[in-house]
Amino acid sequence: MTGLYDMLIGPFADFAFMRRALVACLALSLGAGPIGVFLVLRRMSLIGDTMAHSVLPGAALGFIFAGLSLPAMSLGGFLAGVLVAMASGLVSRYTPQKEDASFAAFFMISLAFGVLLVSTHGTSVDLIHVLFGSILGVDDQSLTLMAGISTVTMLAFAAIYRGLIADCFDRTFLASLEGRGGIYHGIFLVLVVLNMVAGFQALGTLMAVGLMMLPAIAARFWVRQVWSLIFLASASAFVSGYCGLVLSYRFDWPSGPSIVLVAGLLYLVSLTIGPRDSLLINVLRRRHLRS
Amino acid sequence: MIELQDVTIAYDRHPAVHHVCGSFAPGSLTAVIGPNGAGKSSLLQAIAGLRRISGGSLRLSGCRRADISYLPQLMVADDGFPISVMDVVQMGFWRRIGPFRPVTAAMRQAAVQALSTVGLDGFDDRIFGHLSAGQRQRVLFARVLVADSRVILLDEPFTAIDARTTKDLLDLVARWHGEGRTVIVILHDFEQVRRVFPHSLLLARELIAWGPTAEVLTAENLLAARAMSEAWDNEADLCRGAA
Repeated sequence: MTGLYDMLIGPFADFAFMRRALVACLALSLGAGPIGVFLVLRRMSLIGDTMAHSVLPGAALGFIFAGLSLPAMSLGGFLAGVLVAMASGLVSRYTPQKEDASFAAFFMISLAFGVLLVSTHGTSVDLIHVLFGSILGVDDQSLTLMAGISTVTMLAFAAIYRGLIADCFDRTFLASLEGRGGIYHGIFLVLVVLNMVAGFQALGTLMAVGLMMLPAIAARFWVRQVWSLIFLASASAFVSGYCGLVLSYRFDWPSGPSIVLVAGLLYLVSLTIGPRDSLLINVLRRRHLRS
Repeated sequence: MIELQDVTIAYDRHPAVHHVCGSFAPGSLTAVIGPNGAGKSSLLQAIAGLRRISGGSLRLSGCRRADISYLPQLMVADDGFPISVMDVVQMGFWRRIGPFRPVTAAMRQAAVQALSTVGLDGFDDRIFGHLSAGQRQRVLFARVLVADSRVILLDEPFTAIDARTTKDLLDLVARWHGEGRTVIVILHDFEQVRRVFPHSLLLARELIAWGPTAEVLTAENLLAARAMSEAWDNEADLCRGAA
């Protein structure tokens, strides 16, 4: 019993940095749940990945001008993400190019520019910090930022939920009624960028999107209503964060990849045995049809 | 009344509809017909306020844009979206509830009644994407039904729909007409048009004919529409008069 306590609760009871990391995971999960679910529903799963990378040059510029300053790097990352989202949106709106193609183009430019900036003005340690984050090194300022972003995210989702649902399901219908579908999409993209900024503090630009997408994709194998998808995605993101931290502490693994790998494991379990359209259900359905 | 005065619609300066003049009378039932690419959907979208016109004027008198219900072609709606049939129908109340106001018990009851009218009793909790094409179209008609609009625009509502569903939904269209609503429907089935629609608008980028169906659906007009459509240059610029 003591062994179990030492493994599952001990690290958080003994060390403040582990408690902070756990609270950071909770904050990230509450924002990541709805964002990830709507990225999947809007068929923007890969666009989420590109947006995560696009915050890099802004964060790097913040670092160059103000050193390892959280507000400067966050603001820079946010502005870079919004700029890429807006540029991609404008290109797809005013040219025949699809949104995914323009996102891919701008994100590559943004990522290369960011890596160039960090490489020429920082050290490889700085680059690794930005790319992989350091959830175990989260301080009070970062924690406040993450909690603030997740609070804003949840409040914003409560306000735009119905409009976002209508816009996702049938954009033409909403546009014919009030011509405002674009507003919901725009607010949603800003929330995506905000949560990427929150995520890169803890998990880095490479891993931040993992905690968003994997739980949201896995949830579709268990439930079907949008609200239940959001609830399950947030819950499983937090469980991934907790288990990842425990593994990271126990085996001295890097925390970011540990968290995302647990989320990946939960996805594989869901894919295999989830009650809705999983591999198991499809096999059983085929057998039933044959008999 | 929906009045079109020299209406021209273009995509990237290339014309889709040219110099259309005429009017849809209040309470009229009109079929919009023409070859593929004739500009029928563009015209309907312009009336619904979804597409800007490049020239001329499109005037709604006696009704506002908010009085129009527009049902696009079925494929536009995301059928993989996990939304229940009841939630889809209740979207029809959008003008009354907007993004924040609650759906009342009376609205819920009206939605159940609308589903019953389109022959989908007990489908409330089913997922929209799991329904057949015909059932989905019935749901979307129920959404139009609860919106209670004075003007109803339907873009090819019976494409890939079985005969039974088509008949039921055509009955609903006739009922809307009987209630004095203005209904404009894009169709390809001339027999259907002759049977149900008193008025027709034959379009082939330009207006070929508009009036009583018997006078519009003549061999001469249909031949002219076909010839016009085949001769059209998609890359042509707008003519000076429309710019």
